Amino acid sequence: MQHSPQLNANGELQHLLSIEGLPREVVLQILDTAESFAGVTEREVKKVPLLRGKSVFNLFFEPSTRTRTTFEIAAKRLSADVINLNIAVSSQSKGESLLDTVANLSAMQADIFIVRHASSGAPFLIARHVKPHEHVINAGDGRHAHPTQGLLDLFTIRHYKKDFTRLTVAVIGDVLHSRVARSLIHGLTTLGAPEVRVIAPQTLLPSGVEALGVRVFHDMRAGLKDCDVVVMLRLQNERMGGALLPSAQEYFKSYGLSAEKLRLARPDAIVMHPGPMNRGVEIDSTVADGPHSVILPQVTFGIAVRMAVMSIVAGN
Amino acid sequence: MRLHIKNGRLVDPATGKDGPGDLYVDEGKIVERLKSPERTIDAKGLVVSPGFIDLSARLREPGYEYKATLESEMDAAVAGGVTSLACPPDTDPPLDEPGLIDMLRRGALSLERARVYPIGALTMKLEGKALTEMAELAEAGCMAFSQANVPLADTQVLWRALQYAATFGFPVWLRAEDAWLARGGVAHDGEVATRLGLPGIPGFAETVALSTILELVRATGARVHVCRLSTAGAVELMRRAKAERLPVSCDVGIHHVHLCDMDLGYFDANCRLEPPLRSQRDRDALSRGLAEGAVDCLCSDHTPVDEDGKHLPFAEAEPGATGLELLLPLALKWGQARELPLAATLARITSEPARILGAASARLAPGAPADLAIFDPAASLRVTPEALKSQGKNTPFAGYELAGRVRATIVGGNVVYEA
Repeated sequence: MQHSPQLNANGELQHLLSIEGLPREVVLQILDTAESFAGVTEREVKKVPLLRGKSVFNLFFEPSTRTRTTFEIAAKRLSADVINLNIAVSSQSKGESLLDTVANLSAMQADIFIVRHASSGAPFLIARHVKPHEHVINAGDGRHAHPTQGLLDLFTIRHYKKDFTRLTVAVIGDVLHSRVARSLIHGLTTLGAPEVRVIAPQTLLPSGVEALGVRVFHDMRAGLKDCDVVVMLRLQNERMGGALLPSAQEYFKSYGLSAEKLRLARPDAIVMHPGPMNRGVEIDSTVADGPHSVILPQVTFGIAVRMAVMSIVAGN
Repeated sequence: MRLHIKNGRLVDPATGKDGPGDLYVDEGKIVERLKSPERTIDAKGLVVSPGFIDLSARLREPGYEYKATLESEMDAAVAGGVTSLACPPDTDPPLDEPGLIDMLRRGALSLERARVYPIGALTMKLEGKALTEMAELAEAGCMAFSQANVPLADTQVLWRALQYAATFGFPVWLRAEDAWLARGGVAHDGEVATRLGLPGIPGFAETVALSTILELVRATGARVHVCRLSTAGAVELMRRAKAERLPVSCDVGIHHVHLCDMDLGYFDANCRLEPPLRSQRDRDALSRGLAEGAVDCLCSDHTPVDEDGKHLPFAEAEPGATGLELLLPLALKWGQARELPLAATLARITSEPARILGAASARLAPGAPADLAIFDPAASLRVTPEALKSQGKNTPFAGYELAGRVRATIVGGNVVYEA
């Protein structure tokens, strides 16, 4: 087995590229550190000086508002200087290669690169080419991974459910295209969740998905039964009306989360969604805004988790 | 050049003979005996065999000289003991008119290294619409016609192309990959691609297309060589097609008998290949099929790619790997794993491809062209990209410790490489 590209020689987090392959202790270290930052975000003065003088480059090769913003807030709360680069409309369109872009930014004394890219594995390529003191954090690569989202999902679950070793978790929807699902599934199996289910039609499941350690359900009602955690995935509109799905209406009927279907889960189940939501497609508004929903706390926790990841990699 | 090669271990895959002996060369041919050799080569401790024949080596000319040149790749060929190679038509422009074939052949001849067998385009510009002037191209030197890796989705055109080729007895070389099922995919559709989040090409993209091809062979009687099998299912289909005595043959690339999708590791772009590396089960079936005869021969599928083409995220990286210089050691590694005699191993890169190519070489018999490889089968070779003669430095085998080093290559009686 190759050496994990995200750990340094001491087994500490050098880059955060994927939850897969992260030792359990590192995942817990991130969650515990995030816990300590959760307090900071509620204080009147929301800043700690951990990354003072450091430069964080938000390198988004694919458009994003929410993830970029939460990284920016997290970096600023750590007192870092944040530079936002919307590469989608700058150098790449002028033909500059990915690695040239990174080399140029590196010459501007970057410490942390937050990278989002439409191609699976792009942050691994960047991590192989940055200088030893530079760190890469994957903010979403293709269908592969979105580790900070996965970690904030884990943080949310732990906040409400404490213990992972008794949980039944259902991940519902477009697993095929979802980096969020992959990261969360790896995180849950790492922390010992005994039953992780995926619920979707065959067209939205990648082949051999069982190998990730999940149980497959095509019937949503059967899959929801006795779940402690229900994670809805975003279904992009462009998936509709093609060979994958006939229509949003039919999808909602079979796989949308309504209050009635949610009653099949445990009474104290929580409902999560990585956003942005398509109300009426994958989730009903009464559920999204209802008592089981922890969708907005997820966003808040996301800042603490990203602070934790940045402070840990910068300290290693 | 009158040559005397003495003290060697002569291995002739065409007959299975393997033993010590001397070999004489005069006027470009192997001869019974020789009076006054101009040069004597001492092959003590070395194997003397027919030169290797590679059914797929991209030379990148015309059009892609920034990736490789005829000169650099012909150097790589002879350094690898390859004395004949077939070059697919996916150049720029594609090899779809006699002038281009002529130019390529002249260019290759003037370099005086390996023999080049251009494969003509099956359709104009490889667009899969209009047939090329196959008879004209054959006259210019094409011995077969192919779409290279460019899909021919229109089965009506494929049917007509096979009918037309069959009319003249021209062989057609085809990759079996259903264009629609493979659309957008970059890796084998399976657990690894699922984990890495890479769009997959299902194994049945190959068997669906191969079933269509075999059905069209039944209908037209065309002679078809299927290039670069990648799945266990395709091996089984070929086994049955041969039992049925259909006029078909097939090959597998060096990567696919040794590697599988697990080797992608953390998105190693050197493993971005066409067809994709598939499961361990597929790899094992290909390796076994090659030993048992369902698969006829092994080729390098040499595809030099420049650095910029590989320094990209996996899906965006250009497919292909360098291979001419690794054909022998990887063939030996395969033969050793299958516990085959050396002559049987070498048959997959000499007499078998010669039969498919219709080449006269690949025999150690008097009268045969003196295309020879002299090599040390035990000498270790660490695969070092910078040390390769090919302009393409990318290979998933970088860092591998292999055995088998070519010491001399002879084409038409001339010593074209020595180390």
